[in-house]
Amino acid sequence: MRKIWSIAKREFSTYLDSLVAYILLVVFVGITGIFTWISFTDVFFTNIASMEPFFGISYWVLFLFIPALTMRMLAEEKRTGTLEVLLTRAVTDWQVVFGKFLGAMILILVALAFSLPWYLSIAYLGPVDHGAIIAGYVGLILMSAMYISIGIFTSSFTDNQIVAFLTALVIGIFFHWIFELVSNIGKGVWKEFFYFLSTKTHIDSMTRGVFDARDLVFFLSITVFGLYMAEVQLAKRNIADA
Amino acid sequence: MDISVKSLSKNYGTQKAVDNISFEVKTGEIVGFLGPNGAGKTTTMKMITAYMSPSSGTVKVGDYDVNEDAETIKPLIGYLPENNPLYLEMPVLEYLSFVADIQGVKKTDIPSRVRLVVDSCGLNREKHKKIQELSKGYRQRVGLAQALIHDPDILVLDEPTTGLDPNQIVEIRNLIRKIGKEKTVLLSTHILPEVEATCDRILIIKDGKIVADGTAQSLKNRSRAKYTFKVMIKGEGNIASELRSLEGVIGVEYLPNEPEKAIITAEEDLPFRERIFNYCVEKGHLLLEMTPEIQSLEDIFRDLTLN
Repeated sequence: MRKIWSIAKREFSTYLDSLVAYILLVVFVGITGIFTWISFTDVFFTNIASMEPFFGISYWVLFLFIPALTMRMLAEEKRTGTLEVLLTRAVTDWQVVFGKFLGAMILILVALAFSLPWYLSIAYLGPVDHGAIIAGYVGLILMSAMYISIGIFTSSFTDNQIVAFLTALVIGIFFHWIFELVSNIGKGVWKEFFYFLSTKTHIDSMTRGVFDARDLVFFLSITVFGLYMAEVQLAKRNIADA
Repeated sequence: MDISVKSLSKNYGTQKAVDNISFEVKTGEIVGFLGPNGAGKTTTMKMITAYMSPSSGTVKVGDYDVNEDAETIKPLIGYLPENNPLYLEMPVLEYLSFVADIQGVKKTDIPSRVRLVVDSCGLNREKHKKIQELSKGYRQRVGLAQALIHDPDILVLDEPTTGLDPNQIVEIRNLIRKIGKEKTVLLSTHILPEVEATCDRILIIKDGKIVADGTAQSLKNRSRAKYTFKVMIKGEGNIASELRSLEGVIGVEYLPNEPEKAIITAEEDLPFRERIFNYCVEKGHLLLEMTPEIQSLEDIFRDLTLN
């Protein structure tokens, strides 16, 4: 655990050193602020004390920003060769992958924490459904975990950050948007199937305050699968004749 | 702790990077790994350090097999990979603490271990700088420091002195010598005098196969092209071809920058000198110079790895 933690810490401090962390915070707090307070969907326009505009925009900001956080993680280490230093130390491939996952996760948690003033202000302005907001936050955290894991996976099979970034977006957009479209035009079992695979289904149900085990299963299983695939990709160097 | 490599092979597709090699490195021994570029040195080192699995064969570190007990072996090895990859954005001290951390050095021992390697690698003046601000020589020391941080029994160093100036090379060499007294060291290099100065034993690898294994002296003795002479002969006729036809001559080559002199390689020493002398007397040539050249490791290296 200590080793995972020190890898996570190193990742997090790289974000701080490279300004990525500050850019994310400014962009995230800024954009969500605009949509929560001054765009046409804002609380004053609708006159309802609700965090829905916030969750609606966070859904997209996080989706677009997370691949930029994860694209470096393994691709850059492969390119510079530091991955070899890392993997020949007394750590397992899994500890490396999970440490990196945790590093990005911490940054997302910090960004979400910076949006708490929006929550507190809205709660001050009118009655809000606290349960739904907490569920919504949990939803965003789970969704971030899923996209981070997809991003780490795409970063694991290339040494080019841009390739990692774009592939993460391409894989992500299916869950984020395309499966929802497919489900809208689909019929019967397929409709249900793609409906379940769409991130939106699960985020919507959580922001409404519905806690369903299926949402948890969806996010966690994709997260675990992504990290597992990243580890498999790292372990590939070990396959004889590869 | 010993390293024992048995029938080790590694294929990249159809290409055999390492082809059935076996050797041992004993505790307290510094072994130099030589070979042309692409001969399989780095691949072998990657397999010893459990970065890559062998296609076949075994690597044992102490009693542990790299294939089965990689996680047991990794803490025992200090490894400096080729090109010395480092996290450039990290300050030296922070980087060394990080490596100590993931090597499983006890939390309370980390500051003292870091201080020790910073001292022994001569990093004291640069320790607060970011690695990217350091010169190549200092980066190399950071690479060496991170390999030593957990006081490993075994050191695997892939070209530890590339990019260093001659003074730094001597320093690093002394450091390796000092470390090598109690530890098992395998290092690869292109710089042959360095091997002679640092290593107890030399392994020469070519096309994935070991072509020589022994001390510098024993390799010199074994080499076929044992005796070379620089000669200067004044006379008429085609001297070079006449020299070539003498008994025991392996080769005759004119020196490019001294066209009147030639280097003769021969199988024997004294009898051959007599033969040259007699030849000159017989033909009426003047023998103006004959200097025995000391066979260098370079020659042996070329001899074993060319053709």
